[in-house]
Amino acid sequence: MDAEAVLDVRDLRVGFGRGVDLVDGVSFSIAPREILGLVGESGSGKSLTSLAIMGLIPAPGRVGGQIGFRGTELLALSEAERRALRGRRIAMIFQDPMSALTPVYRIGWQIAEQIRAHLDLSRRPTETRVLDLLSAMGIADPRRVASAYPHQLSGGLRQRAMIAMALSCDPDLLIADEPTTALDVTVQAQILELILRLRDEFASAVLLITHDLGVVAQIADRVAVMYCGRIAERGPREAMFGAHARVHPYTAGLLGSIPRLHGPRVARLAAIPGSPPNAALRPPGCAFSPRCAHASARCDTPPPIVPLGDAHEIACILPAVAAEPDHV
Amino acid sequence: MAGAFLRRLGQTVFVLFGISVLVFAVFFATPGADPSARIAGRGASPETLAAVRHEYGFDRSMPVQYAMLMKKLFITRDLASFVDRGERVIPEVLHAAPVTMSLVGGAAVIWVFASVLMGTLAAATRGSLLDRVLMIAGLIGISLPVFWLGEVVNLFTQSRLHHSWAFSWVPGLGYVPFSTSPIGWFKALVLPWCTLAVLFVGIYGRVLRADLVATMQEDFIRTARAKGLSPARVLLRHGLRTSMVTFVSLFGLDFAQLVGGGALLTEVVFGLQGVGRLTYQALANLDLPLVMATVMYSAVFVVLANALVDILYAVLDPRVRDGR
Repeated sequence: MDAEAVLDVRDLRVGFGRGVDLVDGVSFSIAPREILGLVGESGSGKSLTSLAIMGLIPAPGRVGGQIGFRGTELLALSEAERRALRGRRIAMIFQDPMSALTPVYRIGWQIAEQIRAHLDLSRRPTETRVLDLLSAMGIADPRRVASAYPHQLSGGLRQRAMIAMALSCDPDLLIADEPTTALDVTVQAQILELILRLRDEFASAVLLITHDLGVVAQIADRVAVMYCGRIAERGPREAMFGAHARVHPYTAGLLGSIPRLHGPRVARLAAIPGSPPNAALRPPGCAFSPRCAHASARCDTPPPIVPLGDAHEIACILPAVAAEPDHV
Repeated sequence: MAGAFLRRLGQTVFVLFGISVLVFAVFFATPGADPSARIAGRGASPETLAAVRHEYGFDRSMPVQYAMLMKKLFITRDLASFVDRGERVIPEVLHAAPVTMSLVGGAAVIWVFASVLMGTLAAATRGSLLDRVLMIAGLIGISLPVFWLGEVVNLFTQSRLHHSWAFSWVPGLGYVPFSTSPIGWFKALVLPWCTLAVLFVGIYGRVLRADLVATMQEDFIRTARAKGLSPARVLLRHGLRTSMVTFVSLFGLDFAQLVGGGALLTEVVFGLQGVGRLTYQALANLDLPLVMATVMYSAVFVVLANALVDILYAVLDPRVRDGR
């Protein structure tokens, strides 16, 4: 796509052993300082995609396709070279900050460990950096948090510490896997604001993985929707959340299942019938066709990704059939 | 912290008191186990029995008897054996204790190092041939009875191959005090150490592997990997360090029961006059003062080791420190 991109994933395939590809030909790119929201239900392959980018797919996993990072092909690198990038230029934060921090070490120690693994800093500057990072996360008393153990902190503080750790080596790309799912709603908003602010301060691009369209609508610049290991739709946020947006039937279903604050109250929230298929039982054509109200015989062959508008693409034959999707 | 320590100390004293009362009740207050009959010998006349009873204080009330026994055990320390008249009990225990501590201490060093190495290697190479070989070796170690293994070791090193170059250094069975000759002490104990350690290497290696394999599935291990740490660092600093909590609690209990006399079979096979053997002899002769002394010694160790494990727990796991 473009050499400017921080991350350029093309035709990514992830599978285990002799099983089918759980991530099946996923492509997207992230520009510098951009926040890309990768949306999907659990099992859609979004977390596997992030682990493939990190190089953390456990054996007997196999990863195919291309993952370009700032012009370097990650899949061609040795394990040692990838490890040097991991935590240094590509960092990741996880869903549950309680279980994602080692329980027996102090927060400050855990952040310093990552700095020491990548940067040649002596003890004092490392300590200073840890405290600076924690205050940059909006923590009022960084000294107390640095000397605390994970269980002594609230969920919000833990997630802030986790983000501080991820940003400790000024990464070009921050992968946030459901960073707010395990948090209280008020804390969720704070963490999202923090990610927005840090994108400017630390100049990191962000791959935000979530099942929550609300989160994406709040902070993502662009959105990619995954369904059953494939990209269903990708485009700018405005193109998907506008009043008369035209979207993929699956995205339309997701949007329709969110209760609205404004406008007439609907009698009953719409739900997508059925449940997402197991990747092994994926139909030969469009994976969403068994649940799609618009499915026809033409959906039995895999739909190509077609442009729908300005940088907005969907994997559906529908726009060629009906220009106006069944969505407000 | 100080409060917790004092509370712990109070508990320890209470437990020891409970054990002493229980042991006293079992051996002195059980109907049919009249100690004076044993002391006086077979077919003694009622007058002799009465005299013995009076001499040893068995005609006094139970609480008085208990208090007298405890006074002789802990304060005047002149509790004498009923069987070998005049033989004092406390020096006997104090004489046997270093033997047992040398045996168990050395074996513990071996089994901790060997099992950590074995468990970690097996977990790191999970599913490989090495993993399977190590785990089967562990299972074999657990299955070998220690008395049989000891006899086999003795058979080879003391008789069959004793004159070969490999085992000519092995001294005869028995204990050499460390203060007499450190080298002799080591030579006399190295085979008993290994023999006693085999069982525990097997158990601990397998337990640690299972624990480590489970720990390596945890989220924080994924985080450690995502930080770009080396695989060895992830395994040792994050995986093994967290798994040590289970290991330590297991170790404290096993170590205490061995020091308290549980190494009896090893002591017998290798001719070591340790606490286990002493307890066994005391029970065989129904030498009640000696039983009392060895049981109290053993209880002190088990309780102390438990207290130590609790402290180590708090050191190893900050969540325990905060009472969470």
